[in-house]
Amino acid sequence: MFGFLARRILIAIPTILLISIFVFTLQKLLPGDPVLAMAGEERDPEVLEFLRAKYRLNDPIHMQYFYWIGGALQGDLGISLRTQQPVLALIGEKLPVTIQLAVMALSIALVIGVPAGVISAYRKGTWVDWLANVVALSGLSIPNFWLGIMLILLVSVKWGLLPASGYVPLSEDPLQSLQTMIMPAFVLGTGLAATLMRHTRSAMLGVLKSDYVRTARAKGLGERVVVVKHALRNALVPIVTVTTLLFGELLAGAVLTEQIFTIPGFGKLVVDAVFNRDYAVVQGIVLCTAVAFIAMNILADAAYRILNPRMRDD
Amino acid sequence: MARSKTAALALAFGLAATSAFSADLRIGLQDDADILDPDQSRTFVGRIVYASLCDKLVDITPDLEIIPQLATGWEWSADGMALTMTLREGVTFHDGEPFNAAAVAANIERSQTLPESRRKSEVKSIASTEVVDDYTIKLNLKAPDATLLAQLADRAGMMLSPKAAAEMGVDFGLNPVCSGPFKFKERVQQDRIVLERYDGYWNADEIHFDSVTFLPIPDTTVRLANLRAGDLDMLERLAATDLASAKADDGLTVEQAVSLGYQGITININNGERAQNPLGQNAAIRKALSLSIDRNVLNQVVFEGAFAPGNQPFPPTSPWYDKRFPVPERDVEAAKALLKEAGVDSVEIEVQVANNPVQMQMMQVVQAMAAEAGINIKLVAKEFATLLKDQSAGEYTASQVGWSGRVDPDGNIHQFQTCNGGINDSKFCMPEVDALLDKARISTDTAERKAAYDAAREILNEQQPIIYLYHVTWIWALNNKIEGFVPYPDGMIRLEGVSFAE
Repeated sequence: MFGFLARRILIAIPTILLISIFVFTLQKLLPGDPVLAMAGEERDPEVLEFLRAKYRLNDPIHMQYFYWIGGALQGDLGISLRTQQPVLALIGEKLPVTIQLAVMALSIALVIGVPAGVISAYRKGTWVDWLANVVALSGLSIPNFWLGIMLILLVSVKWGLLPASGYVPLSEDPLQSLQTMIMPAFVLGTGLAATLMRHTRSAMLGVLKSDYVRTARAKGLGERVVVVKHALRNALVPIVTVTTLLFGELLAGAVLTEQIFTIPGFGKLVVDAVFNRDYAVVQGIVLCTAVAFIAMNILADAAYRILNPRMRDD
Repeated sequence: MARSKTAALALAFGLAATSAFSADLRIGLQDDADILDPDQSRTFVGRIVYASLCDKLVDITPDLEIIPQLATGWEWSADGMALTMTLREGVTFHDGEPFNAAAVAANIERSQTLPESRRKSEVKSIASTEVVDDYTIKLNLKAPDATLLAQLADRAGMMLSPKAAAEMGVDFGLNPVCSGPFKFKERVQQDRIVLERYDGYWNADEIHFDSVTFLPIPDTTVRLANLRAGDLDMLERLAATDLASAKADDGLTVEQAVSLGYQGITININNGERAQNPLGQNAAIRKALSLSIDRNVLNQVVFEGAFAPGNQPFPPTSPWYDKRFPVPERDVEAAKALLKEAGVDSVEIEVQVANNPVQMQMMQVVQAMAAEAGINIKLVAKEFATLLKDQSAGEYTASQVGWSGRVDPDGNIHQFQTCNGGINDSKFCMPEVDALLDKARISTDTAERKAAYDAAREILNEQQPIIYLYHVTWIWALNNKIEGFVPYPDGMIRLEGVSFAE
């Protein structure tokens, strides 16, 4: 297991470097001038020139990259052109928010998606299966921004049950924090639940047809034990893959949902940064997200080995 | 039972007490502010925050007259080369430092010399400062500058604690220290900016909140939903399309003021090769385009009639508006005749527009109207940073952009329509216009200035380097419990005299 992890982490390093080069060059290809975007309406040429020099925007692009990656390796991701806050501090501020939203959304998705998938596979072709499919499809097809606005209008404006938007840190007031996060988590979670439900259903259908399930039944085991212990455990491998990928995606920030519920996470930060050509912030977040995504993949691979002993010795 | 009742009562009293003694005002903003340093910042919402955080030397009335704030009086020298200001006594900055003439001198020096300063052009006319005594400062000018007082009524006139400014340098905006009614408490980017009451404020009697929280909520529907749900007490820039529903809501009050800025179509007249096209080279075609547009219909269709149709850099409500040239009626026949005069039956032009739904819709209406006169517009939607870059580089034929507006009329016209104007992206250049606009800039006599602007209008109305379309109306929506709010044409939220109803 240790050798496996070490190998995976070693492979991750060049991957992350490649991603950073790719993002760096790609965003330099974006039209628009960061200095013009930050100079203000008046665009004083003297100030423009000073800012270009200050942020090394006149240097050749490879020099800019070396300068940035050199800083990044020492833990300095530069400062935001827009607000002059250090990028690392910004990430430190937003990451807990994004993680909280991701965990809550994924929990909701798992609680709804996995049981729904199991039940609809077990009762394939019945009205339960049909209903679960309809619900899952609507979860996938309803746009987040629409569901979000409808929820705000209904739950907050009409019933006054939850705050319409905003964010309270978990450390400051756990109850209020959960209250502000539950609607966005629900909006995100229902969409993901649909994906999870479909994957669980197809994995379960495959497993339920297999010989060992027939054997388990023939041995006279109860249906609950057959489904949960024998079938579900074996169906979990593809579900774990999907779940970790979904979690990785959530860590990149849920742009629309964050925008609607004004959750100050990665999504909102990165969109503002792109529109303002705040290069340092975009690079910092992409780097951070890439690391998180790769880490999730390594975790998923480790989880397979725990779930399925046959995968342990490759 | 008795105990739980007592507890409930205590709780109720406790709640009542907190609501009476800790009045927090929550304001919804359309965007997040940039850095909170008046010398470096550039966003409109940043200025809204400053209205509570940083006092200025002078302020304006809703009718745009200059009134005292930190300066209690001022006097121009006879030749217009010096401005002497008397300063308010007993004012302190949020860090306890005294406000005096030396502080003013330090602030002006910072605006002029901080390399990152975006205020340089605004205080360019000041040659030197002279501390006459503790509470008198004399500003010596390089040339007469009638616009200076208006500049000092905005970011260039905001006074920062010289001690904090020296210590924090370029990072001042991370923890700004000014002398306004509220002091900086905390900021979470994209989430909130919190200010708390400054007890040492010189005008503390007029301030009725313990803290102000600014919450950036970009989505207009969500911003309004927050107000309705009671999570906000007021919001700025209600969407024109939500005006009717907000007015119909018994719990809300709506306030409006026509802004100082404008929206229009800037035309490339002499900015590189792209200017070589019929629209850029022939004023008659530009006039035809202007005549083909029904500005009232535009306003009704796209903005529910909430904005102000316009045809000049100043809105029709402004004292600087030239009434001899009212907003033109649409006249398709006259537009066709102008095209014929220019020797063409129809023209094809390309107009770049910011890729947001409202501006796109507005330009689509213009497109439909112009087509009826034989002017076929091709719309090119660009993301704003790109649009701006292409415009300043001359990579455009015509560009739908606007200007947020300035208190002094000079700020809405001089830099756009003089040969060397800093933002003259059309590169329109006529020496006689330069002479008139320069004259208006240096004279401190209002009638003389107005005459110069009117004379320039006669020429510009023929040339039309910018086709003005409309003036945005600022719309605020407030919870009914808020009293004393006064709408200003600069779109700011001034909290003096504003309170929660008892």
